[in-house]
Amino acid sequence: MIPAGFNYHAPRSVADAIKLLGDLGPDAKLLAGGHSLLPMMKLRFAEPSALIDLGKIPDLRGITQVGNEVHIGAMTTENDLLRSKLLSDKVPLLVEGAAWIADPQVRYKGTIGGDISHGDPGNDHPAIAIALDASFVLKGPKGERVVKADGYFLGLYSTQIEPGEILTQIRVPIPPAGSGWSYQKLKRKTGDFATAASAVLLQMKGKNVAKVSIALTNVHATPLKASAAESYLVGKALDDSTLNQAARLTMDICEPTHCQRGDADYKTAMCGEMTRRALVAAAQRTK
Amino acid sequence: MANMHDVSFKLNGKNTSVKVEARELLIYTLREKLAHTGPHIGCETSHCGACTVDLDGMSVKSCTVLTVQCDGSELLTVEGLEQGGVLHAIQQAFHEEHGLQCGYCTPGMLTRAYRLLKENPNPSEQEIRYGIAGNLCRCTGYQNIVKAVQSAAKKLAAAPATAA
Amino acid sequence: MGDLSDVKEREDKLQGMGTSLLRKEDAKFIRGQGTYVDDIKLPGMLFGAVVRSPYAHARIKSINKAKALASPGVVAVLTADDLKPVNLHWMPTLGGDVQAVLADKKVCFQMQEVAMVLASDRYAAYDGAALVEVDYEELPVIVDPKKAMAKDAVIIREDIADKKEVGHGPRTHPNHIFTWEAGDKAAADAAFAKAEVTVREEILNPRVHPCPLETCGCVASFNKATGYLTVYMTTQAPHIVRTVLAMLSGIAESKIRVVGGDIGGGFGNKVPVYPGYVVAIVASIVTGLPIKWIESRIDNISTTGFARDYHCVGELAATKDGVVKGLRFTALADHGAFNSHVSATKLPAGLFSICTGSYAIPNAYARVDAVYTNKAPGGVAYRCSLRVTEAVYLIERMMDVLALKVGVDKAEIRRRNFVKSEQFPYTTSFGWTLDSGAYHNALEKVLKAVDYDGLRREQAARRADPKATSLMGIGIATFTEIVGAGPTKVCDILGIGLFDSCEIRVHPTGGVIARLGTMTQGQGHSTTYAQIIATELGLPASDIVVEEGDTDKAPYGAGTWGSRSTPVSGAATAQASRKIKDKAKKIAAHALEVSEGDLEWEIDRFKVKGNPTRAKTMKEICMISHTSNIPAGMEQGLNAVAYYDPPNMTFPFGAYLCVVDVDKFTGEVNVRRFYALDDCGTRINPMIIEGQIHGGLTEAFAVAMGQQIPFDENGNHVGNSLMDYFLPTAMETPKWETDHTVTPCPHHPIGAKGVAESPHVGGIPCFSNAVIDAFSHLGVTHMDMPHTAYRVWQTLGKLGVNQR
Repeated sequence: MIPAGFNYHAPRSVADAIKLLGDLGPDAKLLAGGHSLLPMMKLRFAEPSALIDLGKIPDLRGITQVGNEVHIGAMTTENDLLRSKLLSDKVPLLVEGAAWIADPQVRYKGTIGGDISHGDPGNDHPAIAIALDASFVLKGPKGERVVKADGYFLGLYSTQIEPGEILTQIRVPIPPAGSGWSYQKLKRKTGDFATAASAVLLQMKGKNVAKVSIALTNVHATPLKASAAESYLVGKALDDSTLNQAARLTMDICEPTHCQRGDADYKTAMCGEMTRRALVAAAQRTK
Repeated sequence: MANMHDVSFKLNGKNTSVKVEARELLIYTLREKLAHTGPHIGCETSHCGACTVDLDGMSVKSCTVLTVQCDGSELLTVEGLEQGGVLHAIQQAFHEEHGLQCGYCTPGMLTRAYRLLKENPNPSEQEIRYGIAGNLCRCTGYQNIVKAVQSAAKKLAAAPATAA
Repeated sequence: MGDLSDVKEREDKLQGMGTSLLRKEDAKFIRGQGTYVDDIKLPGMLFGAVVRSPYAHARIKSINKAKALASPGVVAVLTADDLKPVNLHWMPTLGGDVQAVLADKKVCFQMQEVAMVLASDRYAAYDGAALVEVDYEELPVIVDPKKAMAKDAVIIREDIADKKEVGHGPRTHPNHIFTWEAGDKAAADAAFAKAEVTVREEILNPRVHPCPLETCGCVASFNKATGYLTVYMTTQAPHIVRTVLAMLSGIAESKIRVVGGDIGGGFGNKVPVYPGYVVAIVASIVTGLPIKWIESRIDNISTTGFARDYHCVGELAATKDGVVKGLRFTALADHGAFNSHVSATKLPAGLFSICTGSYAIPNAYARVDAVYTNKAPGGVAYRCSLRVTEAVYLIERMMDVLALKVGVDKAEIRRRNFVKSEQFPYTTSFGWTLDSGAYHNALEKVLKAVDYDGLRREQAARRADPKATSLMGIGIATFTEIVGAGPTKVCDILGIGLFDSCEIRVHPTGGVIARLGTMTQGQGHSTTYAQIIATELGLPASDIVVEEGDTDKAPYGAGTWGSRSTPVSGAATAQASRKIKDKAKKIAAHALEVSEGDLEWEIDRFKVKGNPTRAKTMKEICMISHTSNIPAGMEQGLNAVAYYDPPNMTFPFGAYLCVVDVDKFTGEVNVRRFYALDDCGTRINPMIIEGQIHGGLTEAFAVAMGQQIPFDENGNHVGNSLMDYFLPTAMETPKWETDHTVTPCPHHPIGAKGVAESPHVGGIPCFSNAVIDAFSHLGVTHMDMPHTAYRVWQTLGKLGVNQR
């Protein structure tokens, strides 16, 4: 119910945050929206010695178009994503994904950066970022680097971020006009983590698939890019047979853990089903 | 013992200052230091929404916010909805539509409904249900709460424009 | 006519029975001014945090308090040893057993209370609790009740191992609690032996939890100078608790005050006396300071009174036309580590024998075997009216099973078996006399409202369509429940009869205050009791104040649970009102200088027959009663108290129908429609009834579709927070359609039966029947709850329905 004690810092710039992170060492944790970290601290599953609150750094928020990309500050909240006309127009997949994260109150505080950084396979943004071929900007004492979402997630609670680095921005290439998109998330109830979810971005050429991205949530220790299913679908029409095969190819790479949401068989099957539904819904949205 | 922080904010329009440990959650500051026992505690995993307050124009779960994060903020709790002895439309509507029974979820529900109607002054039933999905109720089955929010939307639309 | 409109106007002004009077209690709640127990702050108050066992079954080797005591703000750390001097380390339960208050030498369920840390504030208390070091030695664990009575099973309750009984008859094994039987086994067996058709199903009623939004807690305050103990607590039965505390503590009951203030939902969770309360009370007695204990949500789900965990076998014997001739229902009841749930001393399995339901079943036998396991104690809770949920679930499921076996429609089989209207009062094979009912009428009303035949045609078409992506199911539940505990000859808790009370005082200027022995937790008593009095006395409800919960002020009663308030205290309210009215009539006659026989009552006044302009309103009589202008020999005032011992239980009934569509590929169940018709007899406030029906149906939906308290094989909880325990949001919750019939209860002064356990009792089997009906054409006779998408998908898989 009550977290253990810690020291609190609220730097006003990214540079200050990086310095603090370096000075305070590995027992310090970054505080983004707080709705993954604080609940863990309240149950004393996490007892950091210090929290570095990123909430007072204006540079870390905002959604802007830069050339052919949308740049999103890591501390942009889910609610900000939902309200963004730019995203609704240009990257609606991100909006659809954000809409099913948690609940209205959590979305006012939860951030896209926090959702990605936590490395929790149950979070939704990682797979969506992979499907969108997004990149992450990491800033640390040695400077800045940009890492692709695909490959960023290494394992349970483990990403490519180095100690001392902060995720500052998510860069999303704007999908071509006429793209179809869908995020299908099976859940026990609104606000729950995915039993299994599938993010699809799709471009058709006539009746056939020209390009497709499929990424999966919560069916492995990390989000998965369903490369085999993607390759299979290119050049094919979407019908029962090809949809079933694509679903099976996503199921082949699943290794979900058993939990109260279901056993491995169920989650795997649902991954296939969500992929199927996402492909159908995405296809209906293509123009 | 961890350092104490001086935190100042506006609570229901009134300037307020407290001295808190970094780990003190906003819900406890409100309930135990500031005698605002309207927002309630129903869980410790940030699911139930009974602790919902309005912070800088956002519905937030005050059990998952550190008081130190609220320096300079504007806070509205259920206690601040009634102005000058006049109930807010949402309070009146909950009463008229029987949107409460034990009353425990009610402060959080009212505070959330208040913000929901600012986000969307004319919500559909589905939008209302989606909009209150962060507030659990065990007594009402939500049906009359939905009616109350719809009724409040109509009242607010008909009323002359006022501040807040 | 001028007279009639005047009469109507006067009646409307009363806002009495039958009106949807807006609630008086709302004013404080919508302003956030309720006083729940965690809102209470007393000078010098300490906070108690409980240290709990991580193991389901273990010996306690040692407890080291040193680090905790050194933690800033910690004042004391209490363990069983600290309670021994006052002999409170164990306490008697409401079920006739004893329960460890703080674990003494061993723990018997995960999260059992081991110690309480007292500190200056909540934060310091939790810090201290994290520092208490307990050394455990793990023991084998029993999680499956079917293994509890194995020959070599580990003994859970070593403290009573040599006891031949624990309040309810002979024990056959150290982990056996009791065996209870009812009905006529020989007659039932004979009916089965010669039956044309028999059906049998194994039916689980899983362990679930009422989970009200407010957890349990108390502020205990002992005044060393006066020897007076005050306990503010989450309680549904303040007087019973006061009596129990007197028995436990040795403090005179006249010096104990229990206060139930505003309570954030009860649903049976707030009836028992939990260890946390007792330790807080002892701590207050020892320190002389107020002690607050408030449990967390995980504590609540894991350790306070769960519900159900009945592992049943249902059997019906019938003719080939589906007319039931015999019933045999047995249950293995998992009570957890202590038998702590509320039990009438003669009814350890509660009112399970209502399991003949709405049907005229001539031969019936029921048996419940209760066992201990290494899980939290409880069993009776969650809008169950003492095991009625278990009983009605079983009979309503079995009627559907029988319907399938004999090939009769599920509505028709009920028609063939209903107690007919002309058979009332009808005494069941278990000895309950159903006083009134109109079952056929209720069912027909529902079937017509939903176009049942049309739904069955739609279902047939869906089943015939190879392209259909969902299965359609129609569920029916025609339940009779038993509430209003109850006649003291049959119903008592620790010997105290389950009567109830109402005390009314009328003021000279016409206002009223009424105090009762019941205890609202959201049911709207401030409004509904005022409405009863308004109609009885002809005084406006707006001027009638209702109070409950403070044992110093309220007359004795057994509290609010099992829908007993209206049947018992509602009757007492009417009786007390009528005593006042009788006296008022005498005063009116005296004031008008006529005889009582010359007077007639109309809405709010006594009028002289044949001379209606001569009248005395009740309001006028209120004043007169305080003056000298009263009959000789009469005492002043208009006050009365009534203690009502009901002559019988009451039997609300209903007909519910649910339509579901099951996604063939995900297993998700969509509730398309739910139609609920309730008959609770006289309806005091239709708005308040409807609101509670909505709530009870939502809880039924939660139970049927998602709730469970699962354990692994070591007795560890694997889903005891709101992350996993299914509380539906407004998104999942279906829309409810409500309807009613009115069949007044003949033995109740205002004809009321009580309401709002019913939507839970009837809702759960209705949802279940709907889901299973979706699979009936594929030969499925039963599927256990909860009907989560995952579990439904497994059934779809077994049937080969969900192949892509």
